[in-house]
Amino acid sequence: MATLETGSFDRGLGKTVDWRLVGCYLALVLIGWLNIYASIHSAEPGSIFSWSVRSGKQAIWIATAVVLDVLILFVVNPRLWEVISPYAYVAVFFLLVLVIFVSKDVKGSHSWFELGPVKFQPAEISKITTSLLLAMVMSKPNFRLANRKHFLYVALIIGMPMLAILGESETGSALVYVGFLFVLYREGLSGWWIALLGLAILLFILTLVTKWWISVAVMFALCAGYYLQLLHHSRREQRNLRRRMFWRCVMAFLAGVVLVFATDFIFNNVLQDHQRSRIEVLLGMKEDPAGVGYNVRQSMIAIGSGGLFGKGYLQGTQTTYGFVPEQSTDFIFCTVGEEWGFLGCLTVILLYVFMIWRILNDADRSREAFTRIYGFCLAACLFMHLFINIGMTIGLMPVIGIPLPLLSYGGSSLWAFSVMIFIFIALDRQEKKYF
Amino acid sequence: MEMNRKNRLVIGLVAVSAILLGKIFYIQIVNDKYKKDASNNSMVYNYVYPPRGVIYDRNGEILVGNEVCYDISVTPRDVRPFDTLALAAALDTTADFIRERMAYYELYRTRIGYQTLSFIKHITPENYIKFAEEAYRFPGFKAEVRSVRQYPFNAGGNLLGYISEVDADFIKEHPDYRSGDYVGKTGLEAAMEDKLRGVKGYHIYLRDSRNRLQSPYKDGEEDKPAEPGRDVVSTIDAHLQQYGQRLMEGKVGSVVAIEPSTGEILAMVSSPGIDVDVLSDIGKHYAEIARNPRKPMFNRTVMASYPPGSVFKLINGLIGLQEGVLVPSDSYPCNHGFPYGGNRRLGCHGHASPLNLLSAIATSCNGYFCYVFRNILDNRRYGSTAAAFDRWREYVLSFGFGRKLGSDFPSELGGNIPTSAFYNKVYGEGRWRFQTVISLSIGQGEIGATPLQIANLAATMANRGYYYIPHIVKDSEGVEIDPKYKERQYTLVDTTHFKTCVEGMYMAVNGGGSAGGTAFSARIPGLDVCGKTGTAQNPHGKDNSVFICFAPKDNPKIAVAAYVENAGFGATWALPVASLMLEKYINGEISSERKYLEDRLLTTRFF
Repeated sequence: MATLETGSFDRGLGKTVDWRLVGCYLALVLIGWLNIYASIHSAEPGSIFSWSVRSGKQAIWIATAVVLDVLILFVVNPRLWEVISPYAYVAVFFLLVLVIFVSKDVKGSHSWFELGPVKFQPAEISKITTSLLLAMVMSKPNFRLANRKHFLYVALIIGMPMLAILGESETGSALVYVGFLFVLYREGLSGWWIALLGLAILLFILTLVTKWWISVAVMFALCAGYYLQLLHHSRREQRNLRRRMFWRCVMAFLAGVVLVFATDFIFNNVLQDHQRSRIEVLLGMKEDPAGVGYNVRQSMIAIGSGGLFGKGYLQGTQTTYGFVPEQSTDFIFCTVGEEWGFLGCLTVILLYVFMIWRILNDADRSREAFTRIYGFCLAACLFMHLFINIGMTIGLMPVIGIPLPLLSYGGSSLWAFSVMIFIFIALDRQEKKYF
Repeated sequence: MEMNRKNRLVIGLVAVSAILLGKIFYIQIVNDKYKKDASNNSMVYNYVYPPRGVIYDRNGEILVGNEVCYDISVTPRDVRPFDTLALAAALDTTADFIRERMAYYELYRTRIGYQTLSFIKHITPENYIKFAEEAYRFPGFKAEVRSVRQYPFNAGGNLLGYISEVDADFIKEHPDYRSGDYVGKTGLEAAMEDKLRGVKGYHIYLRDSRNRLQSPYKDGEEDKPAEPGRDVVSTIDAHLQQYGQRLMEGKVGSVVAIEPSTGEILAMVSSPGIDVDVLSDIGKHYAEIARNPRKPMFNRTVMASYPPGSVFKLINGLIGLQEGVLVPSDSYPCNHGFPYGGNRRLGCHGHASPLNLLSAIATSCNGYFCYVFRNILDNRRYGSTAAAFDRWREYVLSFGFGRKLGSDFPSELGGNIPTSAFYNKVYGEGRWRFQTVISLSIGQGEIGATPLQIANLAATMANRGYYYIPHIVKDSEGVEIDPKYKERQYTLVDTTHFKTCVEGMYMAVNGGGSAGGTAFSARIPGLDVCGKTGTAQNPHGKDNSVFICFAPKDNPKIAVAAYVENAGFGATWALPVASLMLEKYINGEISSERKYLEDRLLTTRFF
């Protein structure tokens, strides 16, 4: 008891740091580095450390990221993050908006700051600051998600950077923010919201690939079916519940119908051309193997040709000879698929799943709301990146340019995820230190 | 596990990961489409074409060889501005042609992409040297060495056959061929395609996404060397073949010569034929050949179905003897023909009467063989004409008529021997007798036989009762012929009867004018030639002229059949062709007293 009061009680590094998380992190970073080398490696192999090529640069990013990790874990007081979160959020939001006006056009998007040789993307950091502020606001003792004003705060915290990033034409990064819905779910938001979102996406796709009346019919069947099963399972005395649910079903049906009729408008007028054609290619409405479909086709060929064991490290024919574009960044997973085969893909995906599961577990067990909410935010971001990125390389998602966390080439992304993960590990360590 | 919200999220995470892994499992392991696409994407097979096998004649002369030729190909994407006139001069073409091609490539540049296309085929070695010297001035153009067929001997296009590039339909039926491969289409080239072809080899290279070759795949481990095609030795005697072609020049018909003791075909002439000069580049001349009304492409030796005429009397005589309805000493009268009811008479020419079997063969008496055929069909043993006819047909088929002989030469046809069912259908069952089908007795009427079958008859006569299936390829190193070509095929007639008929054939040639032998001009001093003439009536014009012969009488070395269309008496045209071939083959030269025959043939042209 006495030791607790003095604060010198420390259960030691071995017990407090979640070394399994650190292990996953290091393994993924290393896999990423090896695959970046493989993806730029051509018939005349250079050294993996050659500074002029991406694998050499990535080595520098990794080294500096590890330094950052150590600083965050052992030097910075974890309490600091909660304290600076509002300022950091505002500063980064300012950068998010500023970059739209001062940056050069890179493939249609305005998201990169260029300061001499250094380039960085504020959208990557914004995930951290948004998570921190979200955790800070939601962990206040008197915070209630059901309170409309509080809910509006949360919506603003998530929505503002999301809109700014959409303004930068970084649809992929903006889409990641949808993942915060899972955090809200954990904190008490009704699961219906997630179900409705999923339903809306399904309706949208259904309307695109079939006729509008099929979507309306499906929507009607869902609403009517739900109401009928409610009638069946409720007692006559629960009249109020029945009436309330009846109106909800009617509302949901009407909303669905509006969405169905808005689909064409959204698809043709709101989405940009390249987004529209990527969706068309994904849904098989259009064949374009040389244009928009090229990336996905080549990416699937590269992964598909890997087989069970892969072609062996540096032996990939598709990835080595540049059939897959953006191969060291967004399409890094192709190299894994081609050279390491299904076993490689399984390993990488299991590493991610284990890592996210570990974060969810640590967070859920945490006694501090701030750590818990931040952990869920981190898990949600990792999950969204994982799903969108790998889904895109195997033709389950439209082509959306976001990196695969820790594996893809690029300093901004690697640093951002390193910082984000190690803030959590540090918070988690703090918990285990004192409780 | 408690169903709290965290665990639900974990379940969602696992479910989504399972979907991702499921799809990855599908494209990596279940569906192999992507593996194929990947090899199409990145692996380039540079094929190495093996030289096609050489075809030799029986004495080691090269009938079909190979020579090197050059094709020019172009990769439009790599072409830089160049001197059109200089290229035209080097390739011996016109500047307009080049401009036209370049405009075409420009028009379809997106479709062509990085492909390499054939620009000009078959340039001469001189042009190749000119081009090679200046090649640096024409980036994107490349000379490729190829081998083409070469024919040192004019041994006949129908016999040798030609090769041509496979087309889409052919590839559909033969998946082991690819576009750009050549295949033997006719003659020996087609018969021995699987031997001559060899096995294509390849080098596998990896290319990048812009079709630039990068490196050998797995350091060439998976490369396959080309296996040259096997050489084939034909049974043909090149000199005899050539001589036969010269004799048949300007005449329509065929000559087939067979070595009776083996069944090997020594010569096989179909006239008019395809000249070997156009064979190696037949595509260019194809339309012209196909338009020729005398159908040079039609290989008469194995495809034409002619009435065999009087040579068929031999078979009827043999059947009569075997059936016991005829003995050699039987005499029948013949006064310019055979009356067969009403005022009808099957005519004959003037000769001694009555006469026995040997004289009947020697003089080719129509009347005699009508009696023989009557005896066969009216044989009480079989109860009815139809049954006797079917028995007769069995005999005929055992000689190789009315069916394919089974030769290794492609596109062989079987001719036709009618069945009793056929006549039942035409005349009604039981309503026809031997008089109805009397033309068959002298090899006319509904009979069709190919020159190969007629030559086979000559060989069967020479062997006194059996034949070997005629074939065109000999055993040689690496090529073994089907054992069926080494088995004797016996006819249903005994050897003794053959001996009798062969005597008749001997008399036809050597009996002298007094015996009325029809084939006396086939007599070669010092050589016992046996022969039988035939003059087949032809509904389309003048009679066809037929002659079969073999020599020497004992241990025959060669049996020949000649068939000349619309040429009149057998003794006039077919006889000299066949007998000169025979003399040439056995003696190597034509004796001075027979030179006049050769001169007459070489100078007479019917078209």
